[in-house]
Amino acid sequence: MSSAHNSSRWLPWHAIVVFGFLYLPIVTLIIYSFNGSGVGGFPPRNLTLDWYRMLFADDAIWESVLNSVVVAIAAMAISLTFGIPAALALDRANFPGKALFRRLVLLPLILPGIITGLSLLMLFREADVKLSLVTIVLGHGTALISVATTEVFAGLQKLDRAQEEASLDLGANYWQTFWRITIPNLRLSIIGAALLIFTLSMDEIAVSFFLIGRDNTLPLEIWGRLRRGITPEINAISSFIFVFSLIAIVGWYRLRKGAEEPGIAV
Amino acid sequence: MFSRTYRAAITLPPLLWVVAFLLVPYALLFCYSFWSVSPSQTIIHAWTLDNYRELLRVNVYLQTLFRSMWIAARVMIFSLLLGYPLAYYLSFHAGARKDLLYQLVIIPLWVSYLVRAYAWKTILGSEGVLNTLLQYVHLTKHPLEFLLYSPFAVVLTLTHIYTPFAFLPIYASLEHIPRNLVEASHDLGASPLQTFWRVIFPLSIPGVLAGATFAFVLSLGDFLAPLLLGGPSGIMISNIVVSLFGAAYNWPLGAAISLCMLLLVVSLLFLSEKLEKRWSFR
Repeated sequence: MSSAHNSSRWLPWHAIVVFGFLYLPIVTLIIYSFNGSGVGGFPPRNLTLDWYRMLFADDAIWESVLNSVVVAIAAMAISLTFGIPAALALDRANFPGKALFRRLVLLPLILPGIITGLSLLMLFREADVKLSLVTIVLGHGTALISVATTEVFAGLQKLDRAQEEASLDLGANYWQTFWRITIPNLRLSIIGAALLIFTLSMDEIAVSFFLIGRDNTLPLEIWGRLRRGITPEINAISSFIFVFSLIAIVGWYRLRKGAEEPGIAV
Repeated sequence: MFSRTYRAAITLPPLLWVVAFLLVPYALLFCYSFWSVSPSQTIIHAWTLDNYRELLRVNVYLQTLFRSMWIAARVMIFSLLLGYPLAYYLSFHAGARKDLLYQLVIIPLWVSYLVRAYAWKTILGSEGVLNTLLQYVHLTKHPLEFLLYSPFAVVLTLTHIYTPFAFLPIYASLEHIPRNLVEASHDLGASPLQTFWRVIFPLSIPGVLAGATFAFVLSLGDFLAPLLLGGPSGIMISNIVVSLFGAAYNWPLGAAISLCMLLLVVSLLFLSEKLEKRWSFR
């Protein structure tokens, strides 16, 4: 590449500005989680750990965190249970309505969450199902099948079918081949999908907003507090979760490194 | 190589689930938009076009829809202006730091959407970080009120959230451009600018379309950023839907608006898919 061209001079500056823009709110959030005098106000003063102390004593928050974790794990189970076969079906089966099926599965990925949330709300109302964490699980599980399917489908494109053929030729049945050859070969895609689904479910709010019963998930608990007035305790829980996800990303990146090219399936 | 039973076993369970929890709900949305609600607040399951008449009769619905589209369009443009050069820089000029910088674009996606919107609120408020900073360095005497509770705040926040979404497909399409095409262009005497506009940019158009669609469609349906940061002048179409499903209690009218949104989104996806096919090589 010719480095004499002047575009290579402004491009790094542009990149710095964009990174500044992307990280400004995150850095602010973390700094003010230690700020003794409220969520705003420059410069930050009276550095303190009080908000974290308050956070760790706050049962309502931890209950909502626990709810969110349970919802995310259950949603993950549903999405993988139906998303993996869906990817296999899109890869290897032909049936009437396949194109429609593919579009339908992927739609929640790109559709504003409010539409999926409302539609499910109407379903539960017509079926007389009471709203609770279970309805949220069904909502997340269904919407996130799209993530499982895209990730696993991408993995299938790189899969060598000869192994499966060999397994079948050597007398294993489909069930054995599925569990001993197909799934282990798709390991990385499946773990990647699971992590992505877990994170997306933990953060999901548009669908949950309509399907919530008595028990809050973490984003809805935060949402409720934001409407009542804001304190740096919200900064503290957010920073805490950020650090937690950062550890998860680094772990995942190590696992995946060298295995294949990076990319969130979009 | 796969038997009929195998194919049925991988197809039927997801098919049934998706029909029950996606197709049926979307169909219900369609039905609700033709139903009505009685004064005693029960849903009347009789077909009527009243909701659609109402949408055309009362100005505020269409006005808000157009305002939402205008907000979404600005978010889309700013996300592309921020995302494209960044993707280009990473793909062609970042050298060994490429992977690290790529991860740095992804990491903000792991911070909750709600939390990032909230963080902007603490920055933009009249007692917020930015206003107190400006007064601290004596650039302003009074807080700038337009920063928060305005369409500006909504566009800024949504641009922040969707820039990585615009970046990802653009970066992927740039990475897929065979480097020998770029070298050939140089060797044949094209200037870097000509190479960019004649070779690189046309080949990245599918990525740009995908990124633009993501940013536009997802911001169009957003209701949390406007609720948190928009104020009365930043209300978007989904906020009206939320209130119709809440306090205002008119599900059928809310369903009619949602269905219009759904149709708008699906036709945009269809259009962008057609255009992407036209522009992709191979």
